[in-house]
Amino acid sequence: MQGLVADFGPWGVLWGTLQILGVMVMLLLTLAFILLFDRKVWAAVQMRKGPNVVGPFGLFQSFADFLKFVFKEIVIPAGANKTVFILAPLLTLVLAFVAWAVVPIAPGWVISDMNVGILYILAMSSLGVYGIIMGGWASNSKYPFLGSLRSAAQMVSYEVSIGFVLITVLLLVGSLNLTTIVNHQQAGIWDWHAFSFLGNAINGTEDGSLFGRLFGVVVGLIMFAMLIIFFISALAETNRPPFDLPEAESELVAGYQVEYSSTPYLLFMIGEYLNIVLMCAMIAILFLGGWHLPWGAVEDPFLGFLVLYIKIWLVFFMFAMVKAIVPRYRYDQLMRLGWKIFLPTSLAAVAVIGGYVAYFGR
Amino acid sequence: MAEPNVAAAAEVARTLEAVTPPGFLLDYLPVVIFIVLSAAIGIAFMLASWLFAPSSPDPEKTSAYECGFNAFDDARMKFDVRFYLVAILFIIFDLEIALLIPGVIEMDAIGPFGYWSIMTFLAVLTVGFIYEWKKGALEWE
Repeated sequence: MQGLVADFGPWGVLWGTLQILGVMVMLLLTLAFILLFDRKVWAAVQMRKGPNVVGPFGLFQSFADFLKFVFKEIVIPAGANKTVFILAPLLTLVLAFVAWAVVPIAPGWVISDMNVGILYILAMSSLGVYGIIMGGWASNSKYPFLGSLRSAAQMVSYEVSIGFVLITVLLLVGSLNLTTIVNHQQAGIWDWHAFSFLGNAINGTEDGSLFGRLFGVVVGLIMFAMLIIFFISALAETNRPPFDLPEAESELVAGYQVEYSSTPYLLFMIGEYLNIVLMCAMIAILFLGGWHLPWGAVEDPFLGFLVLYIKIWLVFFMFAMVKAIVPRYRYDQLMRLGWKIFLPTSLAAVAVIGGYVAYFGR
Repeated sequence: MAEPNVAAAAEVARTLEAVTPPGFLLDYLPVVIFIVLSAAIGIAFMLASWLFAPSSPDPEKTSAYECGFNAFDDARMKFDVRFYLVAILFIIFDLEIALLIPGVIEMDAIGPFGYWSIMTFLAVLTVGFIYEWKKGALEWE
């Protein structure tokens, strides 16, 4: 998908536009089935059947839901700021989509192979707060207002720990480009960042010292802890249960989405799930070897796409199980976890891994 | 006769170089196209609903939702200053992350000296963080 950059010109732009459309359609289709999967897992944990009427096994449930959204009335509250009210879901959707521009979905398949990919994703997910703040404020209603405040504070808090976890990965790789990060883990499962204590124990450091080898194992174990911190922060960042406090229905009805109906609400939901799938993809890319198989590197784009896709679904399965099993946090517990546990831990991890890279090299 | 042609060719090459954006900026063209396309999809969804769905607003339907009551007072009320504190803390730490990135990328090249410089920078910020912690800026109970 780098043809767009290589052949800059009318045809290059047209071809690139088609590729981007392809990625968008793929994302929306994935979303339709991942939503159903989410509900099915949730239902299975509670020993229900879940959606099973529309199509075989309820496979077309999301499409029926989509049609229903389209045929519902758009209610705009009388007291709302109409422009901001309509802009907010649009902004959420656009930012959630655009963050995918730098995600490599297979070897060589990436919309924009820019050299500051991680920074770009960090920027886009930080901007995502605006959609929620705007939506909550423009509704001019109490529940959305309180919900958006909570949501913004929560996303902003966990953004910090996500940033430091990203720094630990950057320390080990030495590049902000996501394709480079994936290819840094190509040897096999022992080389994936989550399990790099295996690789570090086998290979040791360049100087071959025992201390370096032990240090490497410690760094690998820290990276596994970073995966866990990233996973939990991703749950909080995307307002997933057990951190769905902005929409804690017993307190705030539905948080910033209370006054939304019909397709504006749908846009919020698509944006939210796009962010969740993006976080799954980021976990797969940063820690679980991206498109590489556990026993070796993958060069073929189609096989690579399949491997990464399966990994994304497996990570999403974890997201769904957490939603089904873990009870909701209280708000003060959430802030304590973010600022007093995750932030110091990830800061310390940056210091330790930085020392390893500075003294023993990558 | 060859001289002017070379000069003209060089001139053309210079002009072309001036109007063609540098390579790394081309990486951002797809992002612009992506923004336009996703905004188009979002607007199309909302337009579809606006066109196909019935619309019959009435005062009860368009009033702010407050569990069946009429709204007591304006929704844009005072809110807790701690949200503001969290936002300020976020700015500090996000900037810190952005400042760390160049050093982190070249960590193996800058070696122990660079590492300890970065650690000094981190230590200064950590002192501020501990101060905030002790002052109770992170308490939500």
